[in-house]
Amino acid sequence: MKITVGHLFPDMLNLYGDSGNIAVLKHRLQSRGIETEVTAYGIEDEIDFSAVDILLIGGGGEREQHLACGRLKQMRDDIVSYAEDGGVILAVCGGYHILGKSYDHNGEKAEGIGVLDIITQNGKERLIGDVVLQSDLVKSTVVGFENHTGKTSIGNLKPFGRVLYGHGNGDDGTEGVVYRHIIGTNLHGPLLPKNPAVADWLIEKAIERRGGELPLAPLNDTAEQEAHNYIVGRFKK
Amino acid sequence: MNLKKILSISVCKGLIKIGQLMGKKGSYTPGVIAMKICPDILRMLSAQVRGDIIFVCGTNGKTTTNNLLCSLIESNGKKVVCNKVGANMLAGITVAFIEKATLTGKLDADYACIECDEASLRHAVKHVRADKVAVTNLFRDQLDRYGEIESTIGLLNEALEKTENTTLILNGDDPMSATLGRGRNAVYYGINECCNEEVKSTGEGRFCTVCGAPLEYNFFHYSHLGDWHCSACDFKRPHIDYGADNIDLDGKLAFDINSFTRLDVNYRGFYNIYNILAAYTVYDLLGLKNRNINKVLTSYKPQIGRMEEFTVGGKPVILNLAKNPAGFNQAIATLASDKRSKDVLIAVNDAPSDGMDISWLWDVDFEKLSSCGVGVVSVSGERRHDVALRLKYAGFDNAPVTDITADTLKDIAAGDGEVCYLLVNYTVLFATQSILKTICDKG
Repeated sequence: MKITVGHLFPDMLNLYGDSGNIAVLKHRLQSRGIETEVTAYGIEDEIDFSAVDILLIGGGGEREQHLACGRLKQMRDDIVSYAEDGGVILAVCGGYHILGKSYDHNGEKAEGIGVLDIITQNGKERLIGDVVLQSDLVKSTVVGFENHTGKTSIGNLKPFGRVLYGHGNGDDGTEGVVYRHIIGTNLHGPLLPKNPAVADWLIEKAIERRGGELPLAPLNDTAEQEAHNYIVGRFKK
Repeated sequence: MNLKKILSISVCKGLIKIGQLMGKKGSYTPGVIAMKICPDILRMLSAQVRGDIIFVCGTNGKTTTNNLLCSLIESNGKKVVCNKVGANMLAGITVAFIEKATLTGKLDADYACIECDEASLRHAVKHVRADKVAVTNLFRDQLDRYGEIESTIGLLNEALEKTENTTLILNGDDPMSATLGRGRNAVYYGINECCNEEVKSTGEGRFCTVCGAPLEYNFFHYSHLGDWHCSACDFKRPHIDYGADNIDLDGKLAFDINSFTRLDVNYRGFYNIYNILAAYTVYDLLGLKNRNINKVLTSYKPQIGRMEEFTVGGKPVILNLAKNPAGFNQAIATLASDKRSKDVLIAVNDAPSDGMDISWLWDVDFEKLSSCGVGVVSVSGERRHDVALRLKYAGFDNAPVTDITADTLKDIAAGDGEVCYLLVNYTVLFATQSILKTICDKG
């Protein structure tokens, strides 16, 4: 079995070390002896979603994010059927916001891709700083760094976590969203290095979808855990 | 008014003295208090500068560029106001002027060289006339403070809207900086030949700031610096008024400016070509007489932590400030060009002045360290565990974690490498340097 990690527009959506997320997925797949391919897609490329197992959409500058969204809307049907078929997506910050129904661009409402039934509107100030979540998805804390003006209403969808420290989606104590096998989140850091459980959740869903063997073999996560615990420890005093 | 001015200056000078006695370098608080007492103090003092006031902005290299420029001007016997230690927000700039002023507020200065934080320029120009504004480059830096690179350009544009009769001195190899020159009076410098620096590009700013189409490059120097043009519209690398060529990077740094003036200095680091070019361009525009540039440049002592060399137990220990991906990648490139075997310490803090978001660690090409003759890489700083984790992915498992003390630095210097490199970010720098000063071989 081979798992293909698709990286959407890394030359545009790469603002906050999000390439680290790719490195983590690749490492954790290969350490389990799973053949792994990483495919980076440029803005002009056609994407064969049937060949993708995990799709990463990162954050970009406002202009880049808007350009990326314009391109993705042209592939809306393909992305929607990929998502509804249980395709795995990790969407970070701008990538998260454009997956929704709408987001703000240059002070105006812009139509998103519409994979997620969420709405993002810019707040008055930039929400910046460390974040600690309690996540039901991985039954543990999740740590990261947020830097966004967008506030997201997730309606009836499940959040990625409850905010223990930081801002998250805005004012309702939630952060991010989980829908089918999609995680949308404001968290950079990048997200996956310090949250190996989240990386493994994405990997498990991808393997499950291909009918592969589970559970995943445990890995030595001492360095990961130390970095994770350091952030949690800052706020648990 | 006059009383306020005198009070403001004397309190500020007093606080600086007290701070010095307590061993603090801080020029922040004295500046803030001075401006509280007399909000007009900076305007009153700076208006007395007889010649040009030059601001130096940009992500990397502004301290070096500004101080080089100051040295060049001073070599003509001129008096210059300069915020040498890099306190580059409004308060620090105020302190630089107050330090040169008499208690009654008289300032005797021919020029001013002011390093200014990109976000502070819009405040500074309300008080200080900007005859020249030089920009070194615009990279991704301290995102939590500035937002994205586009916001930084926005902040600089906002400042430049407020200035009059300003000449811009811009890095023409940098499409982000060059944007600032559109429709403005600008002079450009750049590097005209490809030097095959194999540094990974850090992705930001690869799109045209005018129309959004991808930029194309005839060659890269590093990151998004190079010979660029937009693939769709007519925005392209501007005509270079001051260009470097015939570049020699072997050991020392040597190059020609406009195929005429040969510069030959004892610095490390390709990026220093830009710093020297920027300082030279401003200096040439000022029309001052001293043309013995090499002598000034060679005798220039780099600011703390700019490839600053110490000897500890007979071994060279090189301290370098690196605070963002471009800076780190350049430091790693410099380290790769040093053929000696080496041990490395990487220390990263995340205080507000460092930038609290350290996700850029994943944009640094630490993988390259494994082909640089590096033995041990130790980690330190508040975010030591994040650095250790990043290094695990770069092939350095279980990086030793250490505090920075006299003993640990001696231990690192006693390692197997022929030389040690300490790559540290901003708030780690000063403490590390003071320890190195106490433990280095004297004489």
